[in-house]
Amino acid sequence: MFFIDPHIHMVSRTTADYEMLALSGVVAVSEPAFWAGFDRSPAGFMDYFRQLTECEPRRAAQFGIEHYCWICLNPKEAEDLGKAREVLAEIPSFLACPNVLGVGEIGLNKNTPNEAKVFQQHVQLAIEATHGTRNGGKHALILIHTPHLEDKLKGTRMILDMLRDFGSAIDPARVLIDHVEEHTISLVKDAGYWAGMTIYPISKATPARAVDMIELYGAERLCVNAAADWGVSDPLNTHRTMLEAQRRGHKLPELLKVFHNNPAEFFGQNPNFKIKPIDVLQRTHQQ
Amino acid sequence: MEMKPQLPGGLTASQVLDTYFLEARARLIELAAMLDRIDRAAEAAAVRTDSRLKFIQDSLKILQRSEPGRARAIQELYSLK
Repeated sequence: MFFIDPHIHMVSRTTADYEMLALSGVVAVSEPAFWAGFDRSPAGFMDYFRQLTECEPRRAAQFGIEHYCWICLNPKEAEDLGKAREVLAEIPSFLACPNVLGVGEIGLNKNTPNEAKVFQQHVQLAIEATHGTRNGGKHALILIHTPHLEDKLKGTRMILDMLRDFGSAIDPARVLIDHVEEHTISLVKDAGYWAGMTIYPISKATPARAVDMIELYGAERLCVNAAADWGVSDPLNTHRTMLEAQRRGHKLPELLKVFHNNPAEFFGQNPNFKIKPIDVLQRTHQQ
Repeated sequence: MEMKPQLPGGLTASQVLDTYFLEARARLIELAAMLDRIDRAAEAAAVRTDSRLKFIQDSLKILQRSEPGRARAIQELYSLK
């Protein structure tokens, strides 16, 4: 079984984790820019973006894993509009790096007016990246974080409203809205966006509930991730979700679709992403 | 054996709630999802009267009590008499 981990913060993980991921079938990871646990200076962001675009690909390559990333200022640091302005001004140059997939993970944390403003600025930046040859005349891919716990439903609605305000400049097929749960997944999928489910020990989804959502809402435009970072998290929760699905009788073609081919399809809209979906039809007779 | 009424260590009720709320929330959602899963499964009607489902329903009633001893009451509910 091959996996693409669509959301993992490898800067917070050990090199041994790369080895473990490789041993467990992970062929590529996608690392969104996120909060480091403290608020950084604009210069700190530049170092972080270099870590994502230069250092991590080398670390991953030691184990045959392709490393891709997303660039942004995380919503937790969006309250300082001056800092946001400085950081956003530098993002276009990093979007041109060969392992960058797009703008993310942008979004909301506490649903504040400043967070909303910086979210819209990031979306505009993704639209302006349309003119790069790599995007084939389309806006840059966008990866969106939705808030935690009691803020999630309201925040998800705010994000969908703001995206709608951009009209035809935004193609839902080029946007993944992450951390959906039972009360937000249909809002996201019904609007035509890709959805991501995150498997966490306490908050977000569990393997069993994630498989429920695959069964209820279908595997189309749906990805599963462990969003492993510096907090209580486990990179193998993606694999545990695959095992839960297998236990319930889901067959290899569907497992490959959710855990490999869906991320490959979404990310593959950016030519930087090299891994192609696996033709599962050839293996159905082995079930 | 008499149950001791107070927590050692001076933890306040608010601190206990802070510490365990998210875990309790996660378990409640997990339980709700499991019950939904049973409803979606083939032959769901056949287990409507299953004693294990009745145990869950009776346990939820115990959770609504306002006096302590809920965990013990649920354990006794599930014990062979």
